[in-house]
Amino acid sequence: MAQQPIEIILAQRLASHLAMPVFLVGADGAMLYYNDAAESIIGMRFDETGMVPMEVWSQAVAWLDQDGEPLGPDASPAVRALQEWRPVHSSLVMRGIDGIERPVTGTSIPLESGQGRPLGVLTLFWESKE
Amino acid sequence: MKVRVWGARGSLAVSGPEYFKYGGNTSCVELRAIDEHLVVLDAGTGLRRLSDSIGDNVSRVDILLTHFHVDHLFGFGFFSVLFRPDVEVHVWGPSTQTMGLRARLNRMLSPPLFPVRVPDLPSRPILHEPPVGTFELPGLEVTADLVSHPGRTFGYRLDDGNGTVCYLPDHEPVLGWEQIPDDPEWVSGTDLAAGVDLLIHDAQYRDDEYPERVGWGHSSTSQVVAFAQLVEARHLLAFHHDPGHDDWELDAMWEKVEVPEDLRLSVAAEGQTHLVGA
Repeated sequence: MAQQPIEIILAQRLASHLAMPVFLVGADGAMLYYNDAAESIIGMRFDETGMVPMEVWSQAVAWLDQDGEPLGPDASPAVRALQEWRPVHSSLVMRGIDGIERPVTGTSIPLESGQGRPLGVLTLFWESKE
Repeated sequence: MKVRVWGARGSLAVSGPEYFKYGGNTSCVELRAIDEHLVVLDAGTGLRRLSDSIGDNVSRVDILLTHFHVDHLFGFGFFSVLFRPDVEVHVWGPSTQTMGLRARLNRMLSPPLFPVRVPDLPSRPILHEPPVGTFELPGLEVTADLVSHPGRTFGYRLDDGNGTVCYLPDHEPVLGWEQIPDDPEWVSGTDLAAGVDLLIHDAQYRDDEYPERVGWGHSSTSQVVAFAQLVEARHLLAFHHDPGHDDWELDAMWEKVEVPEDLRLSVAAEGQTHLVGA
């Protein structure tokens, strides 16, 4: 496996030390990393999934609106940030790998290298409290 | 490919009899794949001594700067080739989002810090921001990538078709980890250094010093050995010695380091020459 860009490595290191859930998605849409706090939203430990290609990830989790109506994988703030290349903030319901639905609020920020190369998207999630 | 060390000290040049064995000049390494083409890795104070050894046959010089900390730049204005209009000089180094390479060099080479400005140098050096990726120099393929060190810092891999050298003089790959992990995908510098014949790598601290200096951008002795093992380097050249470590201290700290049988270890010293791929 080729080395990740230094910016992604440093973002992954930061995420690993944070208490709030963080996802790190690569420029190709693959789920590169999620931290310990994010495991409770996704419903599976990162050690068990490892890096997940975009097409597998989009089947593994599901997104629903606040009324429980299914949305496509493109509704995820990370996918939107990647496609539109701008920050995206949204509140949705995520059905994790464990099948449990959790209301979440997420902010996704595109990451760009100093030379203007798209690197991926960093997403911070909060589990929404009713 | 011939590699010669002209400065192996980090952070600050030092002098005195206690630095006789390893030398006191800061980061500067000469690399030659062909006689007429000189590659200079960083422009620390060692560059002034290198000036004295350059023959008249050199027609092109490429200076590859890793970053702009002064210990990697202070020799630049004392490099005699810059005052020779008959030599083609190229300077490669990182810019930032707000300041280009020329502006960054001008900041160092202009009054009041230095009497001569870059535009006034007779060699009229040609400035380049290296791509993150591979580019060609005469007789060499060079790969550049950004590495873990405060500020934009490049590492370089140089390949002449017979051997490979990786230059990571300021590098903290362990940052954020407890120790160097087993997975090269998540460790800075691993693509540059993979399977390299000669790894010139930061080894500034003793292991007991590192915990007080996390995030300063440097490595300890056991960390650099672990990194060399991870990338399966053949020969590790420990580099960027702390100015507080004199000859006796350097000898003592490296005597204690356990090195695996398949890794050759050298501690960089001024004047040392290594032939790679010969």
